[in-house]
Formats: sequence, structure tokens, C-alpha cells
Amino acid sequence: MSGPSLRTPLARVRSLGSSHSGTKDFWRQRLTAVAMALLIVPVIVIVLMLLGRNQAGAKQILAQLPIAIILLLFIIASAWHMKIGMQIVIEDYIHGEKTKLALVMANNFFCIAVALASIYAILKLSSGV
Amino acid sequence: MVEFALPKNSKITGGKTWPKPAGATATREFRVYRWNPDDGKNPSVDTYHVDINDCGPMVLDGLIWIKNHIDPTLTFRRSCREGVCGSCAMNIDGQNTLACTKSMHDVGSGGAVKVNPLPHQPVVKDLVPDLTNFYAQYASIEPWLQTTTPTPQKEWKQSHQDREKLDGLYECILCACCSTSCPSYWWNSDRFLGPAALLQATRWVKDSRDEATGERLDNLEDPFRLYRCHTIMNCAKACPKGLNPSEAIAELKLKMVERQV
Repeated sequence: MSGPSLRTPLARVRSLGSSHSGTKDFWRQRLTAVAMALLIVPVIVIVLMLLGRNQAGAKQILAQLPIAIILLLFIIASAWHMKIGMQIVIEDYIHGEKTKLALVMANNFFCIAVALASIYAILKLSSGV
Repeated sequence: MVEFALPKNSKITGGKTWPKPAGATATREFRVYRWNPDDGKNPSVDTYHVDINDCGPMVLDGLIWIKNHIDPTLTFRRSCREGVCGSCAMNIDGQNTLACTKSMHDVGSGGAVKVNPLPHQPVVKDLVPDLTNFYAQYASIEPWLQTTTPTPQKEWKQSHQDREKLDGLYECILCACCSTSCPSYWWNSDRFLGPAALLQATRWVKDSRDEATGERLDNLEDPFRLYRCHTIMNCAKACPKGLNPSEAIAELKLKMVERQV
């Protein structure tokens, strides 16, 4: 930002034009929110069942297919929701273009890493490997 | 990064307290934001006392009384003085509203009437904000009937039911109370169109006579232009005409989903 811009106000508002995107993230945010709302009760029940058990006991519970699938779905929905939500916060508050890109990238890496680590843990426990 | 504090040269310092009007039996205190681009000083808040027996009941009446009787340099916009033109939008007692339709008696339970310019806009002088960007955003939604079909000999026809769909939208007077009360607009007004422009966009998207609905939605579909709205709803609280821009924006988002999912 150096000195007042000589572009017209309308040119500044139009800027680079509409990106014709955003609706997918908007829809997915709601989709994952509804998914989590439906899954949260069974997930809490599963966590309560796991409380106080050792690894062998946990494996026994997670080896049941419906339980493993519920946990996997919850991880996918929540990691995806987390990724979209955090990106919105970054876009809201971070205005430096380079910092913003770096943070959006870091957010993507973090959410994918958290999701994959959780999925790996669930699969490992449920398959008994 | 978002600015959570005012820039150094925008910080409010001091202010003059003007003497009470001689002979007045009942007065009301006004604390008014002052800034003059020509004197190089920081903004201040001046204190005035308005003779309420010699003055109309609205905050705008008080400001006009101050200008006529105490301080002719006090600068503000006003025109219709009946809530139709939107010129006298300002922040009164922490709430964006029209000075002409806000009664002094409804402000601050008898304490001082605090008057500031609309928040987070450049100030031209005193209570006059620079709304250039706001008007350009309105222009960018192309607020006029767009058709390809040759113009009929008489008028474009519209059923009563379709006309009713514009209720709650056409009444907007573009006073900017809503947009300047919106935190998303404060942080991203360079890219987010804001509640006023988006409510107007909805007005044209929903107009049954318009033939450019798809193009209008194309123009709005953007993470910043439209999706910076997080349904905070300050806009609906601030609107002096009782409109609900937040609901209008939700309708736009629904239409976006409708044509994709």
C-alpha cells in the first residue's frame, strides 16, 4: 500500500472479479456439521465404553465394524469441519497475502495430518495389527 | 492483520466543553465527535448543552440546534429529517441509526447523548463518513432491471405475488447503518460487499421481471464478496427501517446451494 490509489472506486470493488467459488465450502461446512451432530452421541457412548480399558480391551471394542466406521466417519467429518472453520478465521483476520497463504497451507497440512493419524490409529486398533 | 486499535492519528484526545446556554431551564448534554482535516489535530469529543425547551425531540434536532446556536462549524449530513433519505446515519449511544428518527428521550436514560460517525469508515469531517467504497459496492451489484427480451410497449408485468417477494428489500434507503455495524465488513470491506449491497442484490435476484438472475449470482459467488457474512446479525439490529439484511443474505446462499447441490 503506497499512496492513494488512482483507480476508480468501482474498479477497486470489482478488483479481480468473482472467484465463482465458496458455495462448496459453505455446503460442506453444513454437511459436516449435521454429520457430527448425528455422530456425536454414538461417539460419546463409544468413548465411555473405552474408559478404563487397557489396549487389549480397546481393541476388542474397536474390532467391531460399526464402531470403527462410526469413529472413522466422525474423524473425517470433524477434521474437514475444522479445516474449513479455521480457513474462514484466517481469511477473516489475516490480511497480508503471503502470511495468509502460508497459514492456509499450514492449516491444510495440520488437518490432513490429524485426520490421517487418527484414521491410522483407529484402523490399527480395529484390525488388531 | 486486523486492526483492533485505532491508528495513532485517529485516537480521541480531549475536547472542548461549551458553556451552557444562558437562561435555559432544561438542558440535555451532547457529546459529539469532532475532527477537522485542516488543523492536523487528533479527533476530540466536544460537550454541548442543548436547551430542550427550544428544540425538537430528535437527536438530529439537537445537532441542528447546536449548529444554529452554539457552534456553526459542527458538520453532519442531513436532508429529509423523516427517515427517508438516509443522510443522517450516525452512531448514537453505541448504536448505528438515523439521527432524525432517534428520539433524545430514548437515548442513554437521560445521560449524555453520545454521537459518533458511522464506525470503521474514513471520516471526511466531524460526523461525515466517506462512503465512496459503500456506494461503489452498491454500483457493483448493478441495481437496475436487466433483460434480454425486447422491452414491451407498455410496462414489464409482475404478479401481485411476485411483487410481494420484494417486500422487506425495496425499502432499503442505503443509509449504511447495517454495513458499518458488521464486524465482517469492518475487517474486510475491501472485498466483502456488506449487508446493504447484498440486500440490494437479493432484491434484484428475486425480482420476477429480471432476466439476469444467474449472472447476478455468478457475480456474487465468492468467498469474500458473499461468504464473509457469518450471520452475526448486527445488520438486522441496526437497520432503522426494520429490515433484515441477514435473512436476505441467507436467501442468496440458499440460491447458491440450490443451483449446485
